[in-house]
Amino acid sequence: MLATALGSPAPFGQSQFAFMRGNAFEAKVKADGGAELLRLLYERLGGSSPAPGPDAATPDLSAAGPEGRAARTALALREATAAGGWALLDHPMLALEVAGSPAYLEPDAVVVHPDGRWTVVEIKSFPMIDASADAAKVGAAARQAAVYVLALERVAAVTEGAEVGHQVLLVCPKDFSNLPTASVVDVRKQRAVTRRQLTRLTRIEDIADALPEGTTFDPACSPQELESAVSSVTAAYAPECLAACELAFHCRARSRAEGAVETLGRSVRGELGGLTTVAGVLAAAAGKEGDPADPTVAALRRAAALRAEALESAAALRAQAPEGAAAVRGQAPEEAGAACR
Amino acid sequence: MSLITTLARLEAVDSGRAQPLATVRHRHLTDRPLVIVPLTTAGEAGAPLGALVGTDREAPRLLAVAQPRDRDLRFAFLAELAEAVLPHIEAYADVVEPAERNETDPATGKKTKVEVELCTDAPQLIVPSRAGIEFVRLLGRSMRFRRTAEDDPETPYPAPARVPLLGRWLTHYGERARVPGSSLLLAATDLLNRHWATGQSSLEDQHLGALLAWIDPPGGASGAEAALAAELGRDQHGQLLCPPAGPATDPAFDNRLLAPAIETYDRARQALAAAEDGLAADGRLGELSTAEREIRSLLAKVMLPTWDKVWQGLDLLRELPEGSRAEDRWTRDRWSFTAHRDRVSSGEPPQPRRDDAVTAAQKLASRETAQAQLEAQEALDDPLVLAGRRLAGEAFLADVTDVEMAYTESKRPSPRPLVTLRTDERPHLGERTKVYRSLDGKPQTAEFVRYAQEPDQEGEVLLVLRIMDRMGRGKEPAPGSLPEPGERIAWTLFEHDQRGGPKLPDPEETPWTHGGPPGADAATRAEHPDPVTPEDLL
Repeated sequence: MLATALGSPAPFGQSQFAFMRGNAFEAKVKADGGAELLRLLYERLGGSSPAPGPDAATPDLSAAGPEGRAARTALALREATAAGGWALLDHPMLALEVAGSPAYLEPDAVVVHPDGRWTVVEIKSFPMIDASADAAKVGAAARQAAVYVLALERVAAVTEGAEVGHQVLLVCPKDFSNLPTASVVDVRKQRAVTRRQLTRLTRIEDIADALPEGTTFDPACSPQELESAVSSVTAAYAPECLAACELAFHCRARSRAEGAVETLGRSVRGELGGLTTVAGVLAAAAGKEGDPADPTVAALRRAAALRAEALESAAALRAQAPEGAAAVRGQAPEEAGAACR
Repeated sequence: MSLITTLARLEAVDSGRAQPLATVRHRHLTDRPLVIVPLTTAGEAGAPLGALVGTDREAPRLLAVAQPRDRDLRFAFLAELAEAVLPHIEAYADVVEPAERNETDPATGKKTKVEVELCTDAPQLIVPSRAGIEFVRLLGRSMRFRRTAEDDPETPYPAPARVPLLGRWLTHYGERARVPGSSLLLAATDLLNRHWATGQSSLEDQHLGALLAWIDPPGGASGAEAALAAELGRDQHGQLLCPPAGPATDPAFDNRLLAPAIETYDRARQALAAAEDGLAADGRLGELSTAEREIRSLLAKVMLPTWDKVWQGLDLLRELPEGSRAEDRWTRDRWSFTAHRDRVSSGEPPQPRRDDAVTAAQKLASRETAQAQLEAQEALDDPLVLAGRRLAGEAFLADVTDVEMAYTESKRPSPRPLVTLRTDERPHLGERTKVYRSLDGKPQTAEFVRYAQEPDQEGEVLLVLRIMDRMGRGKEPAPGSLPEPGERIAWTLFEHDQRGGPKLPDPEETPWTHGGPPGADAATRAEHPDPVTPEDLL
């Protein structure tokens, strides 16, 4: 909404086909009290526990509000762990502190093993074809599951005999069917990364404190007011933002207006040293600015000279063959000879 | 991204127009490429929604699936796709020329030349984007293990006759597209990105509309403005003016237009099934075909802009003269095509789901060779690419100042002339570093000997090379085989031709470290068709 009010709406949204397919698949996996899901889990992560039977517990987790549901989930987890059997928690609610304020998370399912281990289950509708799935999608699912594991660990810390498994179960459709298949994903690395990022996040109160008095992000305000409000929060735009953030098009426009080189990609910054703006780099390359002793400036000037020389020689070659593209194509061998003569 | 490419991108930002990254075209384009613009259903694996196919930009063939979750309709689509694609492929399969190939005689181990057929040209497929290439692979995978009624009369839900064959061909094309420099299956975005640098990131360059907006902005607008319009511009119904190049569709299109149209179609179909007499059925059949036409026209509307853009991109590329060594890589593509044609006609089974260890290692090795070869050939074909290598110290241009004869100290002395060069470049030369130049299209090798003079005021150095080969068999070098004083020559530190690595063992000799020989379980490992279930959505 904010992005639309700013005049840079982000093209996000989910197709109802994908939505329906995802829901239908999840319902199929969890049908019959999660029998199929527990079977898949037991096959891959069962360990020495007895196989889950039809008596696996599926506690009711409904309660009022996210706090209520989170409390209900914690209680159900404690009871299931104490009972020492298999239990499937369908859409539990977990709380995690992010930047000083609580965030509520809803994993697809959490399974309690008879030995007190808790396993996060992620049900995704992208296919696993010949036992391998799109790496980017699996990575995203692993990062998501790692957050759930972190949130579960907080509950497990106050539950006797409980332990959160660092292996999560990813359930996907097999090949081109809607039959479920599963794969175990180790999320220790993602968990460590997320934990570190969470501790490093600036607390929301600190960000709010740094804002000028009276700043508001109410989409009903005029675009100018919003513009200044949004620009009072610093953002480090990179092209990767476009895939994830609704404000990315706004940030990109700002970043481009400032002439920041990061609009071309994060890696660009690495090879340009201290030069951070497009105009600055081009001036340095053209020899108008910059210290020639600086290795970046020297490399840029050399790159510019080599590029200009190559383009000139190619233009000269093309001028020699004025009969058009067809004639040039016929003369290709000579041209190549000239290029490396 | 190298510094010289980054510079080109920054120049593009500054000028508002894409800047050239190449002065010649580095990929072969055939006279009649088959363009395929596919669309897929969101959330489903390989459930195609429709496609535009054809070799004539004025007459694309529209294929559409009214209800992508219906198995029969999907099979009908795939059968139609096979009818559109296979004749194009087969038209090239019978036009052959004689060629020779080195083969090792299994009995004697001697290398012999064998007369074989080589297709004189190969069919080329062009898709809009890299996701399109992945989709071709996925389609191939979904089709090649299907059984037709002829293969196995017992099979449930038999596939139409030519569908498994199309699956094998698409798999081959998808696999070949992973070889660097191959041109059998190309994505328009990859082609354009190879030849132009835009003022946006490589992520944004995957959007065909935005990419073309930078290269060829309509009506004198700046590239950035035109690209933004292509990315976000919507009409009054909230539909993108430049629909995504597929195979994924825009969610707004799915939700607002396609889903209601499919629902209407489903209702019309139910009504037809429930019709009690012939007269009512006639009327409802009319409704059904109206609903189907509606879906076809919706799909056509979102695919046609992409179709036109692919052809526009091809036009832009054809303005560049083809690099001379692109033909050599195309010959390899023709060999690849011919080899697969032979495998199909000799009745070999479809490509396995997973390659065995030896095949996988061979594929990797050949792709590495192809990558190195591609980099070398592009640099030799194109001064602009060479400039990038010169900047990296992997090539240099130098003027010949002196040629001095010298000989080896063996019984029959061979010429090893010393050439002195003047250059202001700083290639990474060490003692006896090999450098190469192109002599009549063949590489001539030289060794670095020493610096004859340290950098002077202009930063120029004199360096001495010893020429090692391509001077003929005589005591004196063959005429024209030596550089002449005053000549300006490009030398490279990388080899021009790539040798393949060491030979890999036969599959029967696979070492235990790699799973051992296929052995006795080979029969049980034969590929079975994917299981099908009655309510199977795909």
